[in-house]
Amino acid sequence: MTDTTAQTGRAVAAPARKGSLLEVDSLTRKRNAAEARFKMYGLSAVIVGLLFLVALLATILSNGTSAFTQTFITIPVPLERAEIEAAEKSIVKTSKYRAIIGTAFANVLSSAGIETDMSAKDLDKMMSSGAAASVRDFVLANPASIGTTHTFDLLASSRVDGYLKGRVTREDLINDKNLDAAHLDIVDRLSAAGIVQKRFNWQFIFGADASDSRPEQAGIGVSMIGSFFMMLVVLVLSLPIGVAASIYLEEFAPKNRFTDLIEVNISNLAAVPSIVFGILGLAAFIQFAHLPQSAPLVGGLVLTLMTLPTIIISTRASLKSVPPSIRNAALGVGASKMQSVFHHVLPLAMPGILTGTIIGLAQALGETAPLLLIGMVGFIASNVPDGVAAGFLDPNSAMPAQIYEWAKRADPAFYERAWGGIIILLLFLMTMNIIAIILRRRFERRW
Amino acid sequence: MNEMPVVDAEAGTLLPKISAKKVQVFYGETHAIKDVDLNIADRTVTAFIGPSGCGKSTFLRCLNRMNDTIDICRVEGDIRIDGEDIYDPKVDPVQLRAKVGMVFQKPNPFPKSIYDNIAYGPRIHGLSRSKADLDEIVANSLQKAGLYEEVKDRLDEPGTGLSGGQQQRLCIARAIAVSPEVILMDEPCSALDPIATAKIEELIDELRENYTIVIVTHSMQQAARVSQRTAFFHLGNLVEEGETKEIFTNPTDRRTQDYITGRFG
Ligand SMILES: Nc1ncnc2c1ncn2[C@@H]1O[C@H](COP(=O)(O)OP(=O)(O)OP(=O)(O)O)[C@@H](O)[C@H]1O
Ligand SMILES: [Mg+2]
Repeated sequence: MTDTTAQTGRAVAAPARKGSLLEVDSLTRKRNAAEARFKMYGLSAVIVGLLFLVALLATILSNGTSAFTQTFITIPVPLERAEIEAAEKSIVKTSKYRAIIGTAFANVLSSAGIETDMSAKDLDKMMSSGAAASVRDFVLANPASIGTTHTFDLLASSRVDGYLKGRVTREDLINDKNLDAAHLDIVDRLSAAGIVQKRFNWQFIFGADASDSRPEQAGIGVSMIGSFFMMLVVLVLSLPIGVAASIYLEEFAPKNRFTDLIEVNISNLAAVPSIVFGILGLAAFIQFAHLPQSAPLVGGLVLTLMTLPTIIISTRASLKSVPPSIRNAALGVGASKMQSVFHHVLPLAMPGILTGTIIGLAQALGETAPLLLIGMVGFIASNVPDGVAAGFLDPNSAMPAQIYEWAKRADPAFYERAWGGIIILLLFLMTMNIIAIILRRRFERRW
Repeated sequence: MNEMPVVDAEAGTLLPKISAKKVQVFYGETHAIKDVDLNIADRTVTAFIGPSGCGKSTFLRCLNRMNDTIDICRVEGDIRIDGEDIYDPKVDPVQLRAKVGMVFQKPNPFPKSIYDNIAYGPRIHGLSRSKADLDEIVANSLQKAGLYEEVKDRLDEPGTGLSGGQQQRLCIARAIAVSPEVILMDEPCSALDPIATAKIEELIDELRENYTIVIVTHSMQQAARVSQRTAFFHLGNLVEEGETKEIFTNPTDRRTQDYITGRFG
C-alpha cells in the first residue's frame, strides 16, 4: 500500500510536459477519436430506434385506418303497414324484414339499370345480416314512419366491404361460398352509381362487438366503456393509496430492516409479470371474495395492484428530489412534519407524482394478460351498460382484450378491426401522455 | 409571548436565556459534542467559532431540536430555555421551534411569493385574526429585516427570484414573523457578498434589542463585529466562552489563540 503510494507520488512529480498547443498529441487524438466514435454509436442507435418507430406507426396506420370506414348500401325501403304488421306477427321477424329489404334492393337495381338473374336470396348476401335488424329497430323507434318510404344506409356485408377496400380480390372468391364474381360486377356498377359507398364508420368507435359472421357490425365502443370504468377504479384506488404509502415510507417511516424490506419488495413488485397479478386477482377477488367475473370492478382492482408499485416508485422519487432545505425551512418556522410535507414538499413533488400516475394508468390501460385470467375477454354484444353501478359490475371487455379477441378470429375483416382498435388505443395513450406533459408544465411554471 | 427578560427572583440577577449542561451529541458512534456547558444571555449576540467539523452547527441545532430530524442523532444532557427543559418528553419540538427560530447557511425561501414566505409561519401558528393583521405582520417583519423598501411593490413575486442577500434577509424576516424569542443563525452570510453581508450584520445588531441571537460564523471579523460574547469550539469541546473582546484580545487557551491567529482551522 505504502509502496504504491510512493510510486504514484513519483509519477505525479514527473516534469511538466512541453509542447506546442498547435500540435495535437497522440493521446488527445485518441481521446477525440473515441469521443467521435461514441457519438456515432449514439446517433446510429437513435436512428435505428426512429426507424423502428416509423415502421411501427406506418404499419399500424396502413393496416388500421381502413377500419374507420365502412361500406354502406343506400336503399329506399317502402315501409308498408300491412307488410310490417305481418312481419311483427311472424315468429322470425327479421326474416320478413329481410324480404322487404330484398324487394327494395331489387327495385334499386332495376332502376339503376342493372340487369341480374340472381335470386333475392343471393342478392341478400351482399348485405350485412344485421341490416334487417336495423330496419326493424328504426321502425319500432319511429312508428310514424310506417306507410312512408324511408331511405336507409344499410351495412354491406364484410366481403363487399373488403372488395372495395382491396382486401378481397376476385381470386379469393373461388373458395368463397357466399359471394361470387357476379356479385362483384354488381358491386362495381352500384359503386359507380353511388349507391354503394364507403363512409366514416361511427359504429366502429361507439358500437358493441358483433358475432363471427358479422364483422362489419363490430365496434370497440362497449369495451371502451369497460376500459373507462376500470381506469376509474385504478385512479380512485391507486392514486391515494400509492401517494399515501410513498409519503409515509419516504417522510415518516423509520429507516430500519423492516422498511428496507418493504422497499425492496415494492421494487420487485414493479417487475412482476402482469399475468401473475391476473391469477392473484382471480384467486382473491373472484374465487375468494366472490366478486362477479368479467366485471370492470375486478379488472380495475387487479390493475390497481399492478399500478401501485409504479406510482409508489415514481412518487417516492419525486419526493426525494425535493431539496431538504425546503423541509428544514418549514420545520424551522415551527411547522409540524405533516405540515412541512403537505404544504411544501408535496406541491413541489406534484408534477412527478402526476406524471408517474398517468404513466401507470397508461400501462394499465394497455394491459391484456391479467384481464384474460379474470375473464374480461368475453363476447359483449349488448350495448352500453345501464347506470354507473352496472358499469362497474356488469360483464364487459376492455380495449386491449377486445383487440386480442378480434385478432384471434378467422375473418380478415376482424383483423382489420384489431388494427383499427390499436389506433384508438394509441390515441388514448397519446392523449394521456399529453395530459401528463401539460400538467407537469402547469405545475412547474409555479417558479 | 413573554417579552420580559426572566429575572431570578431571589438573587435579582439576570438568568441566562439558554443554559446547557453536560450536553453530549452522538451521530451513531461519532461523538460530535462532548460535555458542553454553556450559558447564553438574553438579548445579546453570541457567536460560535471554531474549525470546520468541530460541532458548531450540531450544538446550534440542539437548541431548537432540529437534530430530532436526523435519525442517527442522539442528544444527552440538559438544555433549558427560560428554565424549561426543552428535551422534556412533554415538550413538543414543533412548539419549541416557533419560539426558537432558525436561519440556515444557504438561503432557503419557499418557492412561493415573498408575501406567502413570511405569512406562512403566522398562518400555521394562528397569529393573525384577519387579512389586515397578516399584512401588518408581513410588513413589520420585512421592515425589521431591512427588506421592506426593496420588495414592497412586488410582494406577490416569487421569493426565489430575489438576490442571494435579499433571500437571506427574507429568511430572517420569515423567522421574525412568528415572533420567536431566540434566533439561531448558521453561517448566514457564507453565501453572500461583502455588501449583503454588511447589511445582514447591521440587521443582526438591530435585532439584538429584542431577540437572543446565536450565530455560527467562520469569519473572525464577523464574530468580532456583531457579537458580544463568543464561544470557541474545538473537536466537539467548548474550549472557552467569554466576552468577545476578551476572547479576541486575550484568550486563555492556547488552542483559541492558535485559531484566532490563523494557525489552524
Ligand atoms: N447528519 C450527520 N450525520 C453524521 N455525522 C454528522 C452529521 N452532521 C454532522 N456530523 C458530524 O458531526 C461533527 C460536527 O459537525 P458539524 O456540522 O456540527 O460541524 P461544524 O462545526 O458546523 O462544521 P462547519 O464549520 O464545517 O459547518 C462532524 O464530525 C460531522 O462529521
Ligand atoms: Mg456547520
